[in-house]
Amino acid sequence: MFGKLSLEAIPYHEPILVIAGLVGILGGAALLGALTYFRKWGWLWNEWFTSVDHKKLGIMYFIVALIMLLRGFADALMMRVQQAIAAGGSAGILPPDHYDQIFTAHGVIMIFFVAMPMVIGLMNLVVPLQIGARDVAFPFLNNLSFWLFAVSALLINVSLFVGEFATTGWLAYAPLSGIEYSPGVGVDYWIWALQISGIGTTLTGINFFVTILKMRTKGMTLFRMPIFTWTSLCANVLIIASFPILTATIAMLTLDRYLGMNFFTNDMGGNVMMYVNLIWAWGHPEVYILILPAFGVFSEVIATFARKRLFGYHTMVWATIAITVLSFIVWLHHFFTMGAGANVNAFFGIMTMIIAIPTGVKVFNWLFTIFRGRLELTSPVLWTLGFIITFTIGGMTGVMLALPAANFVLHNSLFVIAHFHNVIVGGVVFGMMAGLTYWFPKAFGFTLDEKWGKRSFWCWIIGFYVAFMPLYVLSFYGAARRMNSYPNAEWQPWFIVALIGALLIAAGIACTLIQFYVSVRNRDKYADVTGDPWDGRTLEWAASSPPAFYNFARLPVVGDIDSFWSQKQRGNEQLEDAPYTDIHMPRNTVAGPIISVFAMIFGFAMVWHIWWLAGFSAIGMLVSFLMRVSNDDIDYYVPAAEVERIELAHQQRVEAQA
Amino acid sequence: MQQPFYWRRAGTLVLLALCLLLAGCSSALMDPKGVIGETQRSLILSSFGLMLIVVIPVIVMTIVFGWYYRRSNTMAEYLPDWAHSNWIEAIVWLVPVVIVAILGVITWKSSHDLDPHRALESDVAELEIQAVALDWKWLFIYPEQGIATVNEVAFPVDTPVRFRVSSGSVMNSFFIPQLGSQIYAMAGMDNDVYLQANEIGTYGGRSTNYSGAGFSGMIFDAHVTSDEDFDAWVAEVEQSPQTLNYPEGYSELAERSTFHPVEYFSDVTPEFYERLVSSFHTGSDPDTETQDAPRAPAVDSNEAYQTTDNQADGEAEDGQTMSNEAGE
Repeated sequence: MFGKLSLEAIPYHEPILVIAGLVGILGGAALLGALTYFRKWGWLWNEWFTSVDHKKLGIMYFIVALIMLLRGFADALMMRVQQAIAAGGSAGILPPDHYDQIFTAHGVIMIFFVAMPMVIGLMNLVVPLQIGARDVAFPFLNNLSFWLFAVSALLINVSLFVGEFATTGWLAYAPLSGIEYSPGVGVDYWIWALQISGIGTTLTGINFFVTILKMRTKGMTLFRMPIFTWTSLCANVLIIASFPILTATIAMLTLDRYLGMNFFTNDMGGNVMMYVNLIWAWGHPEVYILILPAFGVFSEVIATFARKRLFGYHTMVWATIAITVLSFIVWLHHFFTMGAGANVNAFFGIMTMIIAIPTGVKVFNWLFTIFRGRLELTSPVLWTLGFIITFTIGGMTGVMLALPAANFVLHNSLFVIAHFHNVIVGGVVFGMMAGLTYWFPKAFGFTLDEKWGKRSFWCWIIGFYVAFMPLYVLSFYGAARRMNSYPNAEWQPWFIVALIGALLIAAGIACTLIQFYVSVRNRDKYADVTGDPWDGRTLEWAASSPPAFYNFARLPVVGDIDSFWSQKQRGNEQLEDAPYTDIHMPRNTVAGPIISVFAMIFGFAMVWHIWWLAGFSAIGMLVSFLMRVSNDDIDYYVPAAEVERIELAHQQRVEAQA
Repeated sequence: MQQPFYWRRAGTLVLLALCLLLAGCSSALMDPKGVIGETQRSLILSSFGLMLIVVIPVIVMTIVFGWYYRRSNTMAEYLPDWAHSNWIEAIVWLVPVVIVAILGVITWKSSHDLDPHRALESDVAELEIQAVALDWKWLFIYPEQGIATVNEVAFPVDTPVRFRVSSGSVMNSFFIPQLGSQIYAMAGMDNDVYLQANEIGTYGGRSTNYSGAGFSGMIFDAHVTSDEDFDAWVAEVEQSPQTLNYPEGYSELAERSTFHPVEYFSDVTPEFYERLVSSFHTGSDPDTETQDAPRAPAVDSNEAYQTTDNQADGEAEDGQTMSNEAGE
């Protein structure tokens, strides 16, 4: 009846998990209770869950990502505590089985459920506004993508309390992830969480690719697009090209595990090296999917706050395109030590270094944007300056890893860990923090508190160096990654320093949470009525804050790069008296959440081999999908009079404020 | 009022850099005891130095530009529409291109010089040791001496050693940090790495590729000895009452264990390693096999594993053959 699921799957003998479980259940119950008490269910369902508004979806992506950040960071802290203790024969506080789940979950959560949704959330919030569109090309798909991601995040958290998570490392290398070596349900949770959210990501990629190519407003040629839109376009090209590889690879692993096939087994003709190749053929483009939009954020932030045109716009675009193409021919640098020949290793090493050229050019272009500018040292700018320094150092250690002969002693060591946190924290996290602060007023109509934002920045950057520089040192002593314990007592001080760094970063996260609280409390003081709090350059600042659900009452017309800025320079001659017209908008949809909930049940049923439930939910997915596609009532027109009423009310608010 | 913060950060960085330098000098990678490791140390240091040519100016420019062009400094030049300069563009492309070109040449040369499959030139006859990763311990087989050990390996100083590396389980990586290059251990694959120590001593070795719950215990000591001490060590192993045969003894040893104690085997079934590697090349009935039982070798000879299609073409071209002349 319940497949492999029984009461034994509840880890009631592990105090940490029981506490985490109780906190989760009580927190969830409190939240649900509050929603019921304040009668917010209808509002939540109608205004948010079923919404196809890209701005609301962007906000929801960010909320889930921030919650998952707390989960992923708790994992990181536990790892740091374990390694700070487990020296010279001590076993520490976490047994290998638990510790291995934690580092696996940390990697999976931080990449798939924190970094990805933050990047996609920002794209959702910003891209349609930047290109002067009213929504994305496929609004329903956008809602579905979000929900597929959200239910996968839920599924991964279920693994905390029901069963176990994978103990394989975040990429679940075969044959360790095969049924022979990982007979438990951990890898199955990994499989279904990634498979479901991966499909959502692929849909997002297609959606935004089409949106950017087909829905730009009049006059916005490709080479007039804001840089964030450009980097998003390239990131979506990478999603479309690489995520199917992930889906297929996981599908083959699924066949191995569920049907006894032998794609990636040790014997019977299975090929373990093929798994490693395929997973990195997706995995390397994946890191550029994360970093390219972050590059876009920095470009917008630096030009806005330096009050100066971005230096070398065309160079920036071509550098981005070059990185996009090159990112597909470097994957082998993740496993030089597999034993390929010298020619193969040298080729991939050199290709990897070539990526450093366009990246280096981008760094210089940001610096020359500041040069002869008037830089306002706001918190987004601090994140950007911190990024340039940190990312450059991370890039340098990356090139060292790309030297195959040096990689032979640095690979699989803490050097790799320090390197990729150097670029992912310094690049993606700082970028998302900059983007969050920069576009927050656009989403909510008030700016974030600067004082707490800067405190967060200083905690993060100092904490980062204190946490990760010791790992570079340890790697030189031969410390491998993913160690549960180590015999070398002399390594311990470095691990303790790293723990202190992690605690500083925790303080940084706390500062951000306080920042939200303080800003919400003072939202009247920080109100952004004009819609243009930073004297911005691109179209999103031409809309009100938050924009009306249709974004622009009259679609803007673009004449050059930074068109909003030059329009302001010319004295704001907008088509003020042109009459409003009816606006074509998509209707909200219940299909997204419903299909996704069936998908989650399907995933859960497959994890536990509850075949009847899997069948039932698969049919549920299919039927709700068919009902959606046979529904013709998916759009409507906002009458011109209604548009006029909304716009007038907004104008009155602006004037009242002035 | 950002200045104090900048100084604080700069201070932190300088302090950290000093710590790193002090710590780095005595570390395994900076104090190598073998010819491979020495070359790798100079490679790491020279690539580091080369890249600092770009990295240091970037860090300085970030701080200087960020501070000098701050909004409150109205003395600084402000050109809001200045966004292009052929000179600057040429320099920012050229400098990284030149550095990467130099690094590219270094990469090509060092990838071939330090190809793990490349035999080391030496007047001393080479010693072959076969290292097999098991759950979770290292089995070392000395085919010429006909002995085997677990979690301890010894070899004479100044002697080129060819480690043939494979796995009886999941993927691992064989690494003795102070001697240089690591290489993956994969079931059914006959990988190899050439190492040579130039100083007598005991060096820690480990698996660096996570392989499951017992991973942290996959550590061993590598004893680099004089020729006489090596002979004495071999003699000591030969005294052991234990022997290791294939497949029964192997099957027992391959059972999961953590922090496995050092073991000596005075005798090993001939072709043990080859039979183990080839046991993965043909299928066994998945219904009857158990997790730890070795696969029955279908072809009981050395030939089988040499002609497997699991060997990538690139490896074959680059001399990853079974011959000891590989890579000459």
